[in-house]
Amino acid sequence: MNNFLPPAAIFICGAMLIPFLPGRVKQVYVLLLPVLGLVNLLNIPMGSHFQVDFLQYHLVLGEMDRLSRVFGIIFHIISFITLIYILNFDNNTEYLAGFCYAGGALGVIMAGDLISFFFFWEFLTVSSMFLILARKTKKSVAAAFRYALVHATGGLCLLAGIIIHTTQTGSYAVAHIGLNGLGSYLIFIGFGINCAWPLLHSWLVDAYPEATIGGTVFLSAFTTKTAVYALARAYPGTTPLIWIGTAMAAFPIFYAVIENDLRRVLAYSLINQVGFMVVGIGIGTELAINGAVAHAFCDVIFKGLLFMSVGAVMYRTGKSNATDLGGLYKYMPITCACCIVGAASISAFPLFSAFISKSLIMSAAAELGLWVPWFILLFAAAGVFHHAGIKIPFFTFFGHDGDYGGEVEEAPKNMLVAMGIAAGLCIFLGSFPSFLYGILPFEVDYHPYTYGHVIGQLQLLFFSAMAFTLLMLSGIYPAEMRSLNVDADYFYRKGGKLAYVIFDSGLNGINSFVNKTVAQGWTARLSRFYSFGPGRVALAVVKPIWQLTGFGSKESITGEERFLKKYQYANFSIGSTAVFALGVLLLFILF
Amino acid sequence: MQQEQKHLWDEKKNIVILLKIFFGICVVLFAVDFVVHKKAHMPWEKWPGFYAVYGLVACVILVLVAKYVLRPLVKRDEDYYE
Repeated sequence: MNNFLPPAAIFICGAMLIPFLPGRVKQVYVLLLPVLGLVNLLNIPMGSHFQVDFLQYHLVLGEMDRLSRVFGIIFHIISFITLIYILNFDNNTEYLAGFCYAGGALGVIMAGDLISFFFFWEFLTVSSMFLILARKTKKSVAAAFRYALVHATGGLCLLAGIIIHTTQTGSYAVAHIGLNGLGSYLIFIGFGINCAWPLLHSWLVDAYPEATIGGTVFLSAFTTKTAVYALARAYPGTTPLIWIGTAMAAFPIFYAVIENDLRRVLAYSLINQVGFMVVGIGIGTELAINGAVAHAFCDVIFKGLLFMSVGAVMYRTGKSNATDLGGLYKYMPITCACCIVGAASISAFPLFSAFISKSLIMSAAAELGLWVPWFILLFAAAGVFHHAGIKIPFFTFFGHDGDYGGEVEEAPKNMLVAMGIAAGLCIFLGSFPSFLYGILPFEVDYHPYTYGHVIGQLQLLFFSAMAFTLLMLSGIYPAEMRSLNVDADYFYRKGGKLAYVIFDSGLNGINSFVNKTVAQGWTARLSRFYSFGPGRVALAVVKPIWQLTGFGSKESITGEERFLKKYQYANFSIGSTAVFALGVLLLFILF
Repeated sequence: MQQEQKHLWDEKKNIVILLKIFFGICVVLFAVDFVVHKKAHMPWEKWPGFYAVYGLVACVILVLVAKYVLRPLVKRDEDYYE
């Protein structure tokens, strides 16, 4: 019948064998899987495949079109590169979580119905959490926990949206949804959380830098790009996305300038790059969608490359803070060169990858005369060069008068190979744009290498670099500091503590108040009342008689006590009970 | 032995050469706009030196705002959340 398999199945089912394989075989196997996967993917013809009836739903596990295919290709490529990169760790958790995570992403982009889409979406999130947990530090466990909570919220939002949308429209196909009605808004926000929209973004900068060295490379590739895919599929041309994307591109660069942890700088710049893609989707013309997809394709590789080079430094030095690094070009020249290629690519230098992808989005914005977003994106493009293009390589490999303070070895061979492949791809994509343009969702009629474009971009970059140089030389450039910069996660991290305090002092306060007044106060009083009440009443009647008659006056205190005790334990002598009963009978008879 | 091994950027001279080349390229890139005119979508893209000035000003503003506005607002101790 079919001579191909669902791409997600190859990754997820294939991964289950990994723990049982011995050393060398395992290494070959993990590299073989993504290669087989890619061959399989390219073999799948356009159209709907792997259709299953589940309950009353018709699931489509393999909906193939040009948009799905280009995302599938890049997901396989980056899996392959990242797996080479993590070979030396030989960590089964990383392998398994990585494959499941990538498999989840492949499942999402191939899903033809919202039910299997949601399943893979959550599968992706859950498996990504293990890449953070695998670091096994106290901080990473806490970050993974927050990550899980945020994504659980996002997942529930998405699920509610899907249910409402499906009930209202009767359609659960993964297709254009657009903003109309509650369901579509909830789906929109569910996508937005994974896409790291402003104010919904802090899970990313919180958790990614806490993951394992290889885990961060995996993470940088899939979650946000899957969300970009989902937006491109369901919400192309949705105007709010233009403004959301513009904000995403602009605000993180300010944080990136003052952030000390270089992996966190890269996390901010990841949001900044995804912002460009979101703007492209919001514009929604063929040129803009092509630009968004092309930029996602390039970003996966150059952002992976940057995370890999900083990760390699971290592997050798154990540090990722700008304050602790510098001067490593002496010891890690190849890593340094790869990092510079990544930096040039993200900055969109001509002949490097982002130059041919970012310009599609900029041109699409210019064509429609969206000049406010255009200006802000240009600002963001200059800013990204500033923090990712210069700051990352400068503070890691140069800087601080060129001294890390110790000699280190060059990165392990497998890491160098992985970075080398990624660097080669960055240059290849940038220098031969027709390859990437050929696999984009729509026909491309665009020439990035025009005189005006090349010169304009070079001017922008060189004068941004000049700003950096002048500010550095004049000492105005903000010194790196050991510090933490609060972001939107402030609200749930401090808010969580506040909620804890409120619940602690509030609910526990009520609890102890009730304990004091009801359990210990009223109940005790009630108990005393029933124990001593009747006795005291009787005593009040008897006492004046005692005093009048002088009966028991010598020992009245002990007499009283004995009297009360009798009442408390209902320990009456037969005689007095008989007298009392007679008295009651007389009362009944007389009245 | 470590002391004797001089690396490329340990020499101040090399840094000066690099800076000279860098500023030289900047001057050329700026000057070229007055000679050849670009085709563009937006009218201001045709202004000579538009991209150069924008890049420079944007980055200076970026750094100043980050340093003097954002950092005082958000900077905390490293163990702030602990």
